[in-house]
Amino acid sequence: MKKVWAAIIIAAAVLAMPAAGIGQPRVTITYWQYFFESKVKLVDQLIAQFEAQYPGVKVAHEHFPYDAYNQKVASAVPAGAGPDVINLFYGWVPLYVDSGYLQPLPLDAFPPVQLERDYVPMIRASKLDGKYWAIPTAVRSLAMFYNADLFRTAAVVRPPVTWEEFQAGAERMTARDDRGRITTMGFGMAPSGQDHHLLREVLFRQWGAAPYSADNRRVTYATAAGAEALRWYTDLITKSKVGAIDFFPGAGGYRSAFMAGRAGMIVDGSFAIGAIRRGTRASWGVAPLPGRTVGGAPSNFGSYWVHGLTTRAVGPRREAAIQFLKFLVSEQTQRLWLDAVGELPAYKRLVDDPRLAADPAMGPFVSALPYARTTFFVDEAAQRQVLVDAVNEVVLNNKPPRQALEEAAAKEQKVLDEFWAKRKRP
Amino acid sequence: MASQVAAARLPRRGLRIGQQRALWAYLFLAVPLLFFAAIRVLPAVSSLYISVHEWNIISPNRPYVGLANFHTLAADPRFARAAVNTVRYVLVGIPAQMILGLGLALLLQRIVKLRGLFRALYFMPFITPIVAASWVWQWMYSQHLGPLNKILQAVGLPAQGFLRDPGQALYAVAAMVVWQYLGFQVVIFLAGLEAIPRVYYEAAEVDGATGWRLFWRITLPLLNPTLVFSIVYGTIVYLQLFTQVLNMTFQDQGGPLANTLTLVLYVYQLGFQRFKMGEAAAATAILFVVILTITLLQMKLLSKPVEY
Repeated sequence: MKKVWAAIIIAAAVLAMPAAGIGQPRVTITYWQYFFESKVKLVDQLIAQFEAQYPGVKVAHEHFPYDAYNQKVASAVPAGAGPDVINLFYGWVPLYVDSGYLQPLPLDAFPPVQLERDYVPMIRASKLDGKYWAIPTAVRSLAMFYNADLFRTAAVVRPPVTWEEFQAGAERMTARDDRGRITTMGFGMAPSGQDHHLLREVLFRQWGAAPYSADNRRVTYATAAGAEALRWYTDLITKSKVGAIDFFPGAGGYRSAFMAGRAGMIVDGSFAIGAIRRGTRASWGVAPLPGRTVGGAPSNFGSYWVHGLTTRAVGPRREAAIQFLKFLVSEQTQRLWLDAVGELPAYKRLVDDPRLAADPAMGPFVSALPYARTTFFVDEAAQRQVLVDAVNEVVLNNKPPRQALEEAAAKEQKVLDEFWAKRKRP
Repeated sequence: MASQVAAARLPRRGLRIGQQRALWAYLFLAVPLLFFAAIRVLPAVSSLYISVHEWNIISPNRPYVGLANFHTLAADPRFARAAVNTVRYVLVGIPAQMILGLGLALLLQRIVKLRGLFRALYFMPFITPIVAASWVWQWMYSQHLGPLNKILQAVGLPAQGFLRDPGQALYAVAAMVVWQYLGFQVVIFLAGLEAIPRVYYEAAEVDGATGWRLFWRITLPLLNPTLVFSIVYGTIVYLQLFTQVLNMTFQDQGGPLANTLTLVLYVYQLGFQRFKMGEAAAATAILFVVILTITLLQMKLLSKPVEY
């Protein structure tokens, strides 16, 4: 009998506990991101700070594996669940906007004029129908990683400034066995890795072919200049043989090859710094991407993850979500993000910080931010495939680069047309 | 348990003990049936539903589009490519698996010593995780660093592209799948061979039949049920090829130039990488019809009752 009484008392106490919290209205908002350890840890810290500043708001932080992210959203939203603030790859934003899942950023909290003044230019990719739909905390760009030990052995005195120098350096670093099989690549090549971005936003542009029309509706790289850029890239595989596709199998094989000392140079994103720092035995360095000519116009590819407000955030939850969003993209958070995650700040003011520019690993990436361009991806998987296939058509089937590029452009145009045809719907 | 036993004993509503037992049996059978319905049948039905709708995986709107997804697929060269490749995997893989499997089983049947060991060795690939095996094979095939090219060069042959060669890639993947299923095939054939009564062979030998005649006239016809099972099962495996292809061509999945792409891999790309769930579901529906037709045809054409 005593036990029963004890149980009743405990149960009553447990039930009464939430009542103790009454007296202060609490709003709970939900934040979703994919799982990336350093980001998850940092956001947990940030939420603690935010909740201390806004005692009325509680933020539930949920994360999912990257591969299941869109599926998770798809299953949660029709069920009336899901986040108020969501983290998305910038290339997914049109999909989320057209699905009616994002609300535009409120003009008073995020005035477009101010955004465009304060942020690096690439964030304009998140402007759709004249409105901003999402905003990043951090951004990424491309640069060249080089193996300093291999540089020394091959008597390459400094990181190449032009692609011509790049090729010459790559040739000197490439090692082959007596049968001609490559044992060390001068350039770790990966069209499906970062190289399709390199082609699109760097090589095409520097060789004089803008990849897309200004309104992002037309594919424009299939020109003589574009074909020359593709030829230069594919010649590295077929003529000078300084690199090979799938040299190390697997996603990020080019990066693994670099870390194993089997590639003299790779083109990779700022997000690779952490892995390369942990995994590379040789001494290494980072340099800005070369240009076509000394002093010629530089170009770079930028990408980023954004935070957006979902249509689920209404009433008091919307107010709380806007506060949280402001907090997530604040200058203070951007600084923390740089230290904890290693991603570059999205604020121009922070980018201009001389300490950041002087950082040997970050510097070259940061210096590219003022001119880095994002590609307006409407179907990244399909658009990547088109260029990967163009490279393979030249390398494996000996197709003339011009023809391979024209076929690629036709295929990619179809993908764009499909997207824009659907967008016309109100 | 006690209550179940008690319930079974109590005569209720005039049911006899036999009927009650049957009722309980059905009740227990209903649980896995419900599970099967929820896990298998419902998703299949919902996939058919999605195949006539447009859905980008995110949007709450799924407008009905009739057969538009099927029309899109009919005009999609990548889909056609995936379909042709899938048929090629079946046409290459099944004969290779059957001939090698039967050959090994016949050899194993002849030896007494170490048969268990050999059987275990051949079976090992089948219980090796597919993903791990695929990655090891990818390295073995590696053009510049792989051991296969090293061996080829050691015996004076030119290095091959394997997975990087548009003409070889599909066969390179198929070889890995055959390797993987060979042990399973051998075990199935061994069981089938053991089931053939010795008396037939003895009688035939008395009549003067030897070697190949015994094989063609006795072994093969009496092995028919095993063969039909193996071919039907194997065909389904090859029609659903996915994991091996995805992992062996991980950087350019189904490549190079869609030369190893299979239907199921294309369904995955359409649905989960490009968010075209309607088209992906339509492709699944087509694959379902193809597998059903081929299986029914095979069972009808291949199973011949044999009487001696």
